[in-house]
Amino acid sequence: MFKRLRESKSAQGTLLIIPTLIFMVGMLIIPLLLTTVVSFGHPNANGGVTYTFSLDNYIRLLGFTNDCPPGIKTCFTTLYLGILWRSLTLGFNTTVLDILLAFPLAYFIARIHPKWRDTLLFLVLVPMWTNFVIRVYAWMMILREQGVINSLLGWTAGLLHVPFKPLGMIYTPGAVLVGMVYEFLPFMILPIYTSLEKIDNSLYEAAADLGASPFRTFLRVTLPLAMPGIVAGTILVFVPVMGTFIVSDLLGGAQVILIGNLIQRQFLDARDPTFGSAVSLAMMAMTIVATYFYTRKFGFGEEIVV
Amino acid sequence: MSEFAIELRDVVKKFITPEGNELAAVNHVTMQIKNGEFFSMLGSSGCGKTTSLRMIAGFEWPTEGEVYIDGELQGRKPPFLRPVNTVFQSYALFQHLTVFQNVAFGLEMEHTSKNDSRRRVGEALEMVRLTGMDKRYPKQLSGGQQQRVALARALVKRPKVLLLDEPLGALDLKLRKEMQLELKSLQKEVGITFIYVTHDQGEALTMSDRIAVMSFGKVLQMGPAVEIYERPANRFVADFIGESNFLDGSVKSVKDGQAVVYISAWGQELTGIVTSKVNVGDEVAISIRPEKIRLSDQSTPNAISLDGTVVNSTYIGSDTHIYLDVRGQRLKVWEQNRVSTLDPRAYYQNGQKIQLSLVPENTLVLPKE
Ligand SMILES: Nc1ncnc2c1ncn2[C@@H]1O[C@H](COP(=O)(O)OP(=O)(O)O)[C@@H](O)[C@H]1O
Ligand SMILES: [Mg+2]
Repeated sequence: MFKRLRESKSAQGTLLIIPTLIFMVGMLIIPLLLTTVVSFGHPNANGGVTYTFSLDNYIRLLGFTNDCPPGIKTCFTTLYLGILWRSLTLGFNTTVLDILLAFPLAYFIARIHPKWRDTLLFLVLVPMWTNFVIRVYAWMMILREQGVINSLLGWTAGLLHVPFKPLGMIYTPGAVLVGMVYEFLPFMILPIYTSLEKIDNSLYEAAADLGASPFRTFLRVTLPLAMPGIVAGTILVFVPVMGTFIVSDLLGGAQVILIGNLIQRQFLDARDPTFGSAVSLAMMAMTIVATYFYTRKFGFGEEIVV
Repeated sequence: MSEFAIELRDVVKKFITPEGNELAAVNHVTMQIKNGEFFSMLGSSGCGKTTSLRMIAGFEWPTEGEVYIDGELQGRKPPFLRPVNTVFQSYALFQHLTVFQNVAFGLEMEHTSKNDSRRRVGEALEMVRLTGMDKRYPKQLSGGQQQRVALARALVKRPKVLLLDEPLGALDLKLRKEMQLELKSLQKEVGITFIYVTHDQGEALTMSDRIAVMSFGKVLQMGPAVEIYERPANRFVADFIGESNFLDGSVKSVKDGQAVVYISAWGQELTGIVTSKVNVGDEVAISIRPEKIRLSDQSTPNAISLDGTVVNSTYIGSDTHIYLDVRGQRLKVWEQNRVSTLDPRAYYQNGQKIQLSLVPENTLVLPKE
């Protein structure tokens, strides 16, 4: 048997994927199957799950409910669909803003003298060494009623002798957007930097040589060659934004509830893991569909990675 | 239209090296390149060829002096406004565009109509023999094909001048030889001025109407291939282009374009042709090309006959390379094998005594610098 193994390339190949296979099954497939099974069940009184096969949780997610005014058996609420939609738009807005912020930064780092490059990349990464939650707390300090911004504005107003009423920035959708954009910016900068850094200077010179102004060079050369980075960054930002609940918890308060918060509350507060599982799966399906259409339109960019 | 396609007037380009020193990569260079000329800049690596080319293209601006294109002062005009195009050493093809799109890129920037563009790209691809490859991506082409795409991409713009920076450097020898001839005939066909940068003297001699030999940022000599080879301006040029025998001596007298030089190693006077100004008493170098030394007993009039011993001889097919000891000096002689024979004596033997003759017409008197 060992002799055959030594001689057969394909048998060796099979053997080599076994660790990956174990990992995938243990960490991905089994949990997913469990989640699916749970999502078809019902919560019972002591916070456990009664295993059934019912679509009640999914019907509830679509907005149909029995909790209606007297006399009506089922009625419809946009509560959950609204949360899904809000999460999608937030994911979209965060991604777009991150692209707009990250591109110039990444371009700057890629084009600056190499001796500065490591320092700048280091500075991009430094915030990621502090805890995620602490970074969000920092934004609370900045945005809240007696926070950094309002204090500065108040102080300036005091100097100018004009009346000042603190701006209500925290616990708004805007605050959540700012927090998300900030949290995930490095995940956009790094892949875009990687693809821009690969563009040889002679390509910019060739474009100029052939009569392209800097603007047209950007449109015809820089942007297409940066696409793989933008695509990768988009996936790295959009997917986690859809699932994060800490940012909206701390900066959005009760105002801004996202899918992440909804799931978290089902598991921790409402003690209904079945509905939580259903929402989780719905979110995953949504993300996969969005990513599928996105990559089908823009590709993963591998064919143009130089 | 100006008489000159390109003119460099006393151009200097200084760089600050990473060590913080100032380096004149191009040092007071003046060149006039005529319309329709195949002009080469030849010199070893680091002598400032690329920098000169980049100043014409507009990627660098001169520290001093001026660049004119078709009689027009360029100043700090950016590359995309100059009527010249470049074939880059690395080809610099756009990997995300097909062959067609690469070649059409420059026309797109000129807002050429779709139909015109398609026709001109087709013509350009035909010219470089890449018809039918237009849908491929650069990565799907061989090195030689990529090189031709780069050429078509620049030529399709019908530039006043085409700048080529060691365009054949990355190709293997056989392909390089082929492309040399192709480039040369292409240039005649399109009639565009070519400025060709190379460190390969054979390439420059084969292709160019005129050559500028450069060293340390300066032009040492400018002229047709024949002139550069047969009348090098100084010892450096004679050494860089082809091979040569050098003997040290001092000038005794100068008259009618010839000089008499005393060779102290031989205790003998030699007469030779003067290519640059030399004065009586100057320390000079005598240069004699190895194929221009005659090995024979018969002496021509006014030839100087010398006795030598064969130290080594190498049969290389068309020629025999003979290394001689002549009164303590090493001389190399290339003899053509004009007779077909298997007799080893025809190809000279080590230790063989031999007589050689030097004639003034084949002897050059060159300044050492
Ligand atoms: N941007 C630059 N900064 C500093 N030194 C440079 C720069 N470009 C070229 N040089 C130097 O100028 C000299 C001439 O370079 P180059 O024109 O590329 O030579 P060639 O093309 O003849 O090999 C070299 O010594 C090179 O190191
Ligand atoms: Mg060079």
